[in-house]
Amino acid sequence: MSEPTVTDKEFNIDTVEHASTTPDTDLPWAALGLKSDEYDRIVTILGRRPTAAELAMYSVMWSEHCSYKSSKVHLRQFGEKVTEEMKKDLMVGIGENAGVTNLGDGWAVTFKIESHNHPSFVEPYQGAATGVGGIVRDIISMGARPVAVMDPLRFGDIDHPDTLRVLPGVVSGIGGYGNSLGLPNIGGEVVFDSVYQDNPLVNALAVGVMRHEDIRLANASGVGNKVVLFGARTGGDGIGGASVLASESFDDSKPSKRPAVQVGDPFAEKVLIECCLELFHAELVEGIQDLGAAGISCATSELASNGEGGMHVELTNVLLRDPSLTPGEILMSESQERMMAVVTPANAAEFERVMAKWEVEYSWLGEVTDTGRLIIEWDGETIVDVDPRTVAHDGPVYERPYHRPSWQDSLQADTFRSSSAGQDLPQTAQELGGAVVDLMTSPNMADVSWITDQFDRFVGGNTALSQPDDAGVIRVDEETGLGVALSTDANARYAYLDPYTGAQLALAESYRNVATSGAIPMAVSDCLNFGSPEDPEVMWQFAEAVRGLADGCQELGVPVTGGNVSLYNQTAGRAIHPTPVVGVLGKFDDVGRRTPSGFERWADGQAIYLLGTTADELDGSEFARGRDHLGGLPPKVDLQAEKMLGEILINASRDGMIDAAHDLSEGGLAAGLAEMGLRFGVGARVAVDGICERDGVDPFTALFSESQARALVALPRSEELRFTDMTSARGFAALRIGVVDASSGDLEVAGPYEGGSFTLGLDELREAWSAVIPSRFGTLGEATEAVRQEK
Amino acid sequence: MSTETPLIGDFRAAPAANPLGGARIGVVTFPGTLDDRDAARAVRLGGGTAVPLWHADESLQNVDAIVLPGGFSYGDYLRAGAIARFAPMMNKIIDAATASSGTRLPVLGICNGFQMLTESHLLPGSMVKNDHLKFLCRDQVLRVENTSTAWTSQFTADELIAVPLKNQDGQYLADPATLEALEAEGRVVFRYVGENPNGSRNGIAGVTNETGNVVGLMPHPEHAVEAGYGPDDATGMRSGTDGLTIFTSVIASLAGGAQ
Repeated sequence: MSEPTVTDKEFNIDTVEHASTTPDTDLPWAALGLKSDEYDRIVTILGRRPTAAELAMYSVMWSEHCSYKSSKVHLRQFGEKVTEEMKKDLMVGIGENAGVTNLGDGWAVTFKIESHNHPSFVEPYQGAATGVGGIVRDIISMGARPVAVMDPLRFGDIDHPDTLRVLPGVVSGIGGYGNSLGLPNIGGEVVFDSVYQDNPLVNALAVGVMRHEDIRLANASGVGNKVVLFGARTGGDGIGGASVLASESFDDSKPSKRPAVQVGDPFAEKVLIECCLELFHAELVEGIQDLGAAGISCATSELASNGEGGMHVELTNVLLRDPSLTPGEILMSESQERMMAVVTPANAAEFERVMAKWEVEYSWLGEVTDTGRLIIEWDGETIVDVDPRTVAHDGPVYERPYHRPSWQDSLQADTFRSSSAGQDLPQTAQELGGAVVDLMTSPNMADVSWITDQFDRFVGGNTALSQPDDAGVIRVDEETGLGVALSTDANARYAYLDPYTGAQLALAESYRNVATSGAIPMAVSDCLNFGSPEDPEVMWQFAEAVRGLADGCQELGVPVTGGNVSLYNQTAGRAIHPTPVVGVLGKFDDVGRRTPSGFERWADGQAIYLLGTTADELDGSEFARGRDHLGGLPPKVDLQAEKMLGEILINASRDGMIDAAHDLSEGGLAAGLAEMGLRFGVGARVAVDGICERDGVDPFTALFSESQARALVALPRSEELRFTDMTSARGFAALRIGVVDASSGDLEVAGPYEGGSFTLGLDELREAWSAVIPSRFGTLGEATEAVRQEK
Repeated sequence: MSTETPLIGDFRAAPAANPLGGARIGVVTFPGTLDDRDAARAVRLGGGTAVPLWHADESLQNVDAIVLPGGFSYGDYLRAGAIARFAPMMNKIIDAATASSGTRLPVLGICNGFQMLTESHLLPGSMVKNDHLKFLCRDQVLRVENTSTAWTSQFTADELIAVPLKNQDGQYLADPATLEALEAEGRVVFRYVGENPNGSRNGIAGVTNETGNVVGLMPHPEHAVEAGYGPDDATGMRSGTDGLTIFTSVIASLAGGAQ
């Protein structure tokens, strides 16, 4: 007999009994991604060799993607560095499908970010689509109605041929799936950097809301209760997605991984959402779990080990798309749009009525037991007999070695100012004006509406802010206006220069964005995208970033409620920059008071204030990127200043003092002013003299430095005194730098430089700014007259 | 928590009575319908009572008018609207909208609902993929060219309105004779202003039937009914509420006949 594989029909009858009597059979554990010591550990746990089906379960559940075996020892800090005060609004913490935060008035909110990086590289459309599908099912399984999605996206160089292949597919996939679910897409990020070439990052965030009494957890409680699988049929797609695709680096020498990518059906998911909400509303399920990574293996072992401890499953009852699937494949399949629930026998008939109404297929698989064993039968033969805890929770835990990279010191010593890129900086009015245009037409500062216009931001009728504003804002309660704000941020260039600080800068920016919209930051979800944990230098970046983020959350008083780790983001031995994407959720008592991010036409003559101070911080900046320089140290983090700035922005919104606010981050003051003007096509007249004098910086630094804890606000003159009283009472720097000018449509910036001032026409700037992405990927919605006439 | 269309729970639960809203307007939900809550909200804000209707049921529940909301019924599989068109509820709607005696039921199809109306031949023409082949979401300016339908009576002639556009299959097609007839009979109700967003023939965004009771519209008036959540307009960000007039028009025409 040739070497067995998990798909060999031979293994259909690899029963527990057979395994006990054939200890020497070679199993394909290595091909399934297990290491030899991990395999030995399985044999020790079972006291015999695993059956093919058991091997399939352990291999996916013990994969990096499902078990967090390399990251666990670090992630513990998110739980340890939490104070009682931070926990007061936390209703469900880390460990469930998603954390739940109390919003008040009987409402709760749940949100989470996940990665779908490798599938999106292999098959951009389906990879991105099923990334949305998976995170939305996590939200449903908490008992919530999903209400919005966001997508932090990172691609290779904008002009690299593979970006042209990956980006349009990813964008269509997110739109094709999310739009069909009726979920508004309210923001995210788009970053281009050659480090993501051949390893794009496609992260997806979903947020859902529920009444307190509707919170559901993934556990199989109640001996004798029935276990049911419902939704789409199980097929051969996504087999080993978590183990062989998400948990390995890409390497040209291996065969195509396309069969490991799942295929999505958004219509099935939309029906599943409504069907699950009806089940919850009628209180028909005791426990529920979505089927994502590791499919039935994960759902059965997690439900069982979180509940009474045992479950009996008849696997032959699973409805299949492909009847030739083996038990191992059925257990590993990551077919989408499936859910598993625990239902009391008394509710079974009513459950079936709801399924019939929504025309959803289901099959009763077995029942909850108190034996402490997960028993899976196939045609009357026992093929799995394990303690579910050993599958779901007792996976290996690695203390991976890590050390500071040997090149970190020289990288940090290579500052922008000392480099050749930092010479011949723009000085005159004309040079500075040209530099602002260059900045705004660089791929990372350009208009992303070509991408976001392919997403529905209106559906639901509750979107109060969306891209390009600082945060996405969704109304939860139509009576009171209660709602949430969300932002996701990461600057991988900063994190590469210093991962500890970089993670805190991501947190600070996301926190600042939420506060800029007027919301009170409450909770954090993270998606930690890194290279291979087997590389001690990457592992150091990871350890530092987690430590930084946990410390930062403690200082800001916002708990991490859940998230995701994506490792092995490297191709051909080259790791991506460490990319800790941080999502912050904030609360609005009334979303009607959200602050727009630009000057509105009726705000003519309003005063523009810069909050915060500016230092010479250009290392890692967008200006430095424009000159192909990356070195030095990222901007300093001052979380106490961020907190105070947040308080000012929130109070100013609550008391109706300000009419526009925009945080300063990538591109500094120059980008902030340009974006506020471009938002509604309304200009401004400002001067940087005051900044230069007060902070002791030159005009170039005032415009392009990326110092943190800064924001721009616009307010009526009648509110100036009240506003400056508030900032000076807190000792927070606030400087009036100009006025909104709705008449000219120009942005005029004066300063102590040759020429006195430069003027940018916003219409002209918009044309160049909004042409950057379409010039690579094609226009949207423009009449193609020649084609039409041919038809 | 007494909103008519709760964010949580069963949207199809019996709506709270609206003492001021005499007009009862049915909003039909199909599997894959997305904008039913929005359409029901628009009816409520327009002063009517939204009555949720389920595609598989056969009773129109004595509603005075019908909205077929947007979405991806049956995943747009086969063709947008092609499967929904055969729902039991659609047969009732077709009968009521084309009744040979008595008042013909006013019907508005928005986006996917418009596609259902062309699939069921209540309206001429059909919809294919946008000429640029992508989903497109943006604020769209339309010109109201026919103010004599049940759904447009409160607009002024040639009024410009801003409502969100969002679709993948929004390119309106018809044969030249049909287009000519539509134009000659003034049955083009809404036309795109400015750049044609999807390649629709003659820039057509919405049409009506010969009797003016059935209107199909590709963009989404139900997303422009509440300041703060609509398209941008001259008065500020997301302040546009031009879509509301469609709903107040039908409610007024039901109350006292078309004005």
